[in-house]
Amino acid sequence: MSLNLQPNLKCPDDAYALLLEAHEGLTKAESDALNARLILVLLNHVGDMEVLREAIEAARG
Amino acid sequence: MADAKIFEQSLYPYQRHPDQDAAAPVRHPVIVVGAGPVGLTTAIDLGLQGVPVVVLDDNDRVSTGSRAICFAKRPLEIFDRLGCGQVMVDKGVVWNTGRVFMGERQVYEFNLLPEGGHRRPAFINLQQYHLEQMLLDRLRELQAEGAPIQLRGKSRVSAIGQHDDHATVEIDTPEGSYDLEADWLIACDGAGSPTRKMLGLDFVGRVFEDNFLIADVTMQADFPTERWFWFDPPFNPGQSALLHKQPDGVWRIDLQLGWDIDKEVEKRPENVIPRIRAMLGEDVAFDLEWVSVYTFQCRRMERFRRNRVIFAGDSAHQVSPFGARGANSGIQDADNLCWKLKLVLEGSAPEALLDSYDAERVHGAEENILNSTRSTDFITPKSEISRIFRDAALHLSERHAFARPFVNSGRLSVPCTYDGSALNTSDAMPEAPARSRPGSPCPDAPLADGFLLDRLGGRFTILAVGVEGEAVGMADLLSVPATGEMAERYASGIYLIRPDQHIAARWPAFDADMIRAALSRATGNTP
Repeated sequence: MSLNLQPNLKCPDDAYALLLEAHEGLTKAESDALNARLILVLLNHVGDMEVLREAIEAARG
Repeated sequence: MADAKIFEQSLYPYQRHPDQDAAAPVRHPVIVVGAGPVGLTTAIDLGLQGVPVVVLDDNDRVSTGSRAICFAKRPLEIFDRLGCGQVMVDKGVVWNTGRVFMGERQVYEFNLLPEGGHRRPAFINLQQYHLEQMLLDRLRELQAEGAPIQLRGKSRVSAIGQHDDHATVEIDTPEGSYDLEADWLIACDGAGSPTRKMLGLDFVGRVFEDNFLIADVTMQADFPTERWFWFDPPFNPGQSALLHKQPDGVWRIDLQLGWDIDKEVEKRPENVIPRIRAMLGEDVAFDLEWVSVYTFQCRRMERFRRNRVIFAGDSAHQVSPFGARGANSGIQDADNLCWKLKLVLEGSAPEALLDSYDAERVHGAEENILNSTRSTDFITPKSEISRIFRDAALHLSERHAFARPFVNSGRLSVPCTYDGSALNTSDAMPEAPARSRPGSPCPDAPLADGFLLDRLGGRFTILAVGVEGEAVGMADLLSVPATGEMAERYASGIYLIRPDQHIAARWPAFDADMIRAALSRATGNTP
């Protein structure tokens, strides 16, 4: 398995809105904490070190 | 408590030795510097094998305070081989459950769930002074049986000289100084190793900018025999804390203090007692036995052997306390070194065999430093974002199993496998259990009449599991059926076991030529 960097969501606008809604009304600290939890949840879901490495590389830009 | 002050007694007082009146410096095969857990283990191991050894210590008593308190399964197995494991287990506190708290809430608990069919538990808690006293008792017992071990108290090494085929030491005593020579000098003189400093050797690594208050408290409380670890507890906000039970109603308390503190002020009873009262509750009566404030580093020497001087234990490598990897790894250093030194001294192996001590134990130290550094980074986050992730993992761990493995309050000491060691012969049973591949410490298993590990060690052994075998060269034969745990942990085949109970080679069937070649490799005779 390798990292998918092609469009993969049926409704990208809905997914993006979902992410923003989750942060609505949160302070900066609460948002940072939510993001961190979300990253850990997704990290585990991906479950593949090679994909994670590629994802971190892609995120670094 | 009668034995609570064992560390205030002179246990091996200075006595004048004829060496001090010799016309020229007397040569000894092995001199060990330092009579702590690693030095005493080394002396006992060598003495048991008939290698004359002189132990020098600047003191004459066991260590003050509990210090290293968690002794892992592998060192206990080593102490079994040395004949003193049982007294330690009898005295020690066996524990399996750990609880992790964040703030006032328990986020999860773990059970070490030891696998059945091993003689020894995963851990015991035992004060370092008790352990040292038990090692001293064993040393005295061996001396009485004629083992060539000398222990010289109040004998401080004040100078060291390196030569091609020996080292010289100058020793200060209450009656002046004298010189000795050693074929081999083993420095077990701790993290601040004077030997290392006198030789001007490196000791590089990472300093952790944090302080921990460590207190031994005696109380008759009904806290369970468990390891309790707090992140950000109400009684020590923003920091961590640990509570762990020791024998004699003594409890170990570790409180993280942060970096910017005055150590001397923090150590004063009027400052320590309120902290502990806040932790234990107002109604718990306790006495302070010992208090210390420490900081730590994770570092190692580049090489553990410098010609005729060999470093073992904290003198060679230092880790953070999280994971109990300090004393436990030092004892494994001794276990790895002594049989090699014996073969070299008797001429059965070339000096190059000692390079494998360096390679194998550097590998072990790297593993311990990596694990203890990661624990430290989790426990004491060094940046805002690392604290955010740490707290996120703790938060999630309360409800979700997936997050619990992220929580790192110390990865507890397990022995390392010497993968890739020059002493290994390549694995001829790749389908057999990985846990018993070449380089591994032998997994214990029950036999019809006791445990496997009690039948191994101190010499090379050919372990024939469910197949025919014979003794070859210096290796004895032990035949056992391939049933139960033996079959699960070893499948069936021929195993070549080193004197330190690590596996050197394995094959599906007996072949004397292959064993001879593997023995030659495992003793450094075939590069």
